Amino acid sequence: MAKGFEASIKELEEIVEKLESGEATLSESLKLFEQGIKLSKGCQKLLDDAEKKVTVLLQTDTDEPVEQDFLAEEE
Amino acid sequence: MAETAIVTVSQLNAYLKRVLENQSVLGDIWIKGEISNYKKHFASGHLYITLKDEGGVLKAVMFRSAAQGLTFEPEDGMKVLARGRVSVYEAGGSYQLYIQEMTPDGVGALYIAYEQLKKKLEAEGLFSDTYKKPIPEFPERVGVITATTGAAIRDIIHVITRRYPLAKIVIYPSLVQGSGAAENIAAGIEYMNRHKLADTLIVGRGGGSIEDLWAFNEEVVARAIFASEIPIISAVGHETDFTIADFVADLRAPTPSAAAELAVPQRLELISQVGSLEHRLKKAMLGEIASRKLVLERFSLRTPQDLIEDLQLRLDADTKAMQQALLQEIQKGRYQLSELCAKLDALSPLQVMARGYAIALDAEGNVIRSAKDLKKDDTFDLKLKDGTKQCVVK
Repeated sequence: MAKGFEASIKELEEIVEKLESGEATLSESLKLFEQGIKLSKGCQKLLDDAEKKVTVLLQTDTDEPVEQDFLAEEE
Repeated sequence: MAETAIVTVSQLNAYLKRVLENQSVLGDIWIKGEISNYKKHFASGHLYITLKDEGGVLKAVMFRSAAQGLTFEPEDGMKVLARGRVSVYEAGGSYQLYIQEMTPDGVGALYIAYEQLKKKLEAEGLFSDTYKKPIPEFPERVGVITATTGAAIRDIIHVITRRYPLAKIVIYPSLVQGSGAAENIAAGIEYMNRHKLADTLIVGRGGGSIEDLWAFNEEVVARAIFASEIPIISAVGHETDFTIADFVADLRAPTPSAAAELAVPQRLELISQVGSLEHRLKKAMLGEIASRKLVLERFSLRTPQDLIEDLQLRLDADTKAMQQALLQEIQKGRYQLSELCAKLDALSPLQVMARGYAIALDAEGNVIRSAKDLKKDDTFDLKLKDGTKQCVVK
């Protein structure tokens, strides 16, 4: 995952607004469009492929946080 | 009569003090009573109290070191449980209770402590909206400080993974009730902050009695929440439970499940949001292309049909101009002609005849210029201004 969802969707929103304003030159527009499509697909992929990840912090002697997968007892 | 020992006041008081202090039951005892004559010594910080009930009164003192551990502010009329030892104050000649700890008594005791802390923290501004931090819209890590057993953590994990599996959940296992719970929760908040382990924190536990939820009404938890750089959603008990932690938190959730819902966005909504952004992106690009096309057409070659029509128009215009020029030429010629006619007119013999001259013409129409050309009985034509007459020579 190159970029987080938040950063991606914010950038996508900016690109759409810029393109809608019609202020960019043609070559800029094409570049923006290409980048926008890439971001959109990236966001969709993040949303589709996201896997749940739950960890629990272990109490250790050192102060450094140690995480371990958390398995909640299911009912 | 037996000899009676004579002792001083001090000796008696010292003796009684020893007697009382030898009674182990008086060394550590819980006393129940109502506070009256409450005084806090301004300089020393010691508390002076008279405990009373229907049948009597008991003097009591709480030294500053012990008083610092009080979780509430004593007031006259308050029913309390006080723990300490009974001893003699020799200088005053009285016995009294030396209080080590004291808690409000009865059903309203916790309520009183709650109200007092709430009032105090509110006055300090800990509940003020100006300190509330916004909850991140798309957290990458959600920290949860709660017990790893019980429904609360299961509900939170369930809701977050269902709604927004992008977020990682990091759990700080904590006691949530009983002795040490409040300190444990506060330590968890501080730990999460120190190591920057989360974008949003959920602090809470499932439902229970007011005593079960008590850790969330303690000052140490309130202070830790207030100090947290990471925005905190409180999730304590049920909808009707309002703890001090709820007032200090950046956002209060009625239940742990609700806290999870407030912490993360809904994946399905995001999918449609991304879809609509992509749609707008495409629409804007198509619009851009269409407008570029228009501009391009203005400069591009035209179709043969366009060219013919264009030439036709030009031809029509030229023709009209030519006709106009021709008409002007004709007009000019006409004018010149009339001028010439006028000049010609001036030279005409008719003008001479108008003054009375006549012209003689022979039968062939030749001008007779000499009398010798005419003999007797010859006929000739005499042309006058207004006509011709035949004449005979005599």
